[in-house]
Amino acid sequence: MLTKRIIPCLDIKDGRTVKGINFENIRDAGDPIELGALYAEQGADELVFLDITATNERRKTLSALVTQIARHVNIPFTVGGGISSVEDVSVLLQSGADKISVNTSAFKNPGLVDELSREFGSQCIVLAIDTRFEGDDWYVYLNGGRVKTEVKAYDWAKEAVARGAGEILLTSMNNDGTKQGFALDITGKLAQNLNVPVIASGGAGTMEHFVDVFQTAQADAALAASIFHYKEIEIPTLKNFLYQQNINMRF
Amino acid sequence: MKTVIVKYNAGNIRSVLFALERIGVTGIVTDNVEEIRAADKVIFPGVGEASTAMNYLKERKLDQVIKDLKQPVLGICLGMQLMCKHSEENDTECLGIFDSQVKRFESVAGLLKIPQIGWNNITNLHSSLFEHVPENSYMYFVHSYYAALGADTVAITNYVLNYSSALQKDNFYGVQFHPEKSATAGSRIIENFLNV
Repeated sequence: MLTKRIIPCLDIKDGRTVKGINFENIRDAGDPIELGALYAEQGADELVFLDITATNERRKTLSALVTQIARHVNIPFTVGGGISSVEDVSVLLQSGADKISVNTSAFKNPGLVDELSREFGSQCIVLAIDTRFEGDDWYVYLNGGRVKTEVKAYDWAKEAVARGAGEILLTSMNNDGTKQGFALDITGKLAQNLNVPVIASGGAGTMEHFVDVFQTAQADAALAASIFHYKEIEIPTLKNFLYQQNINMRF
Repeated sequence: MKTVIVKYNAGNIRSVLFALERIGVTGIVTDNVEEIRAADKVIFPGVGEASTAMNYLKERKLDQVIKDLKQPVLGICLGMQLMCKHSEENDTECLGIFDSQVKRFESVAGLLKIPQIGWNNITNLHSSLFEHVPENSYMYFVHSYYAALGADTVAITNYVLNYSSALQKDNFYGVQFHPEKSATAGSRIIENFLNV
């Protein structure tokens, strides 16, 4: 039986792992290759690396880093952050990434999703959505949460899947960094209505939050960063706990 | 020992090279016929689309070369599917090494997500590939098409239905999952293949 997945996320800035709260206040959290390999050893099912470096040199640095990760990590990993063309993706996949994630660039140019899935296959195209609940619904935000749009998260996710996105990585900005639990309503709506896997992100604080997101929202995977980086929850403990709650886990 | 990875237009070659490197083996990536024939072990990887990959192999006459190999050959993911008889993916005639049909997962009442992405267990293991690999070990899968059960099935996985997660016939081995991405259990399978 297919298991639910636990995915540590490593935000990368200038080659280091960093972690902010509500997309701000960035702190150093270690060497991404070491941390990635450690998580793999501890039983992480996949890894996500999001590059938030904003310099001109970033593309070259990122592909070199991806090669080092691929060399040392024996589980699948996704790379995201500022990817906006077929060429970007081609370089990263050739460097050893298993999947790439696109966010703002895909929203601004939805044809990119079609192009990427046609060129590389849906299985390696993850659509990342940052979303915030406002008034009546969940809306898409761009540029790392700085720019609001009038488009609803569910509508954009549905369109992107039709265009060939193979997975959705959904981050709730309301929940991110709060440690009060995942956004179960919007995660559930996507996970239960789209025929691609949905990765829930933002808000993990306790092991029960993972139970909720898998059992109530029926997410396919759950992503978290700081609770793993600062060892508030260890992956083996978490997986054991979830397994005891009848959630299928890989050991 | 010379381990060759067949170079063609279907990716994940880098990952296979690194997985070999982690167990101390240097793989050679090539589409040179003589080099492939002279290898001790041949790995035939693949992520991509069946008809495009088959056309590429045929244009370079690699289809016949692979079929005629006498040394151990390991097909991974699309590589394994191309070693079957026929694939529903764009109605593609494949190499016909394994006596299996490759079919598309059918969504059942909208509940089944396609592609299958993630870790699933392998059961009914009976091949030297699985020496010291426990029954029910988890492997990493990413695929929309599957090889049906048949005479060459040496591992079974369930995703709504039971299908072949590994096939073996004579010197030919195939795995639907990605051993190069399946942590230590996957690495063990690669080592086992290098030791057959």
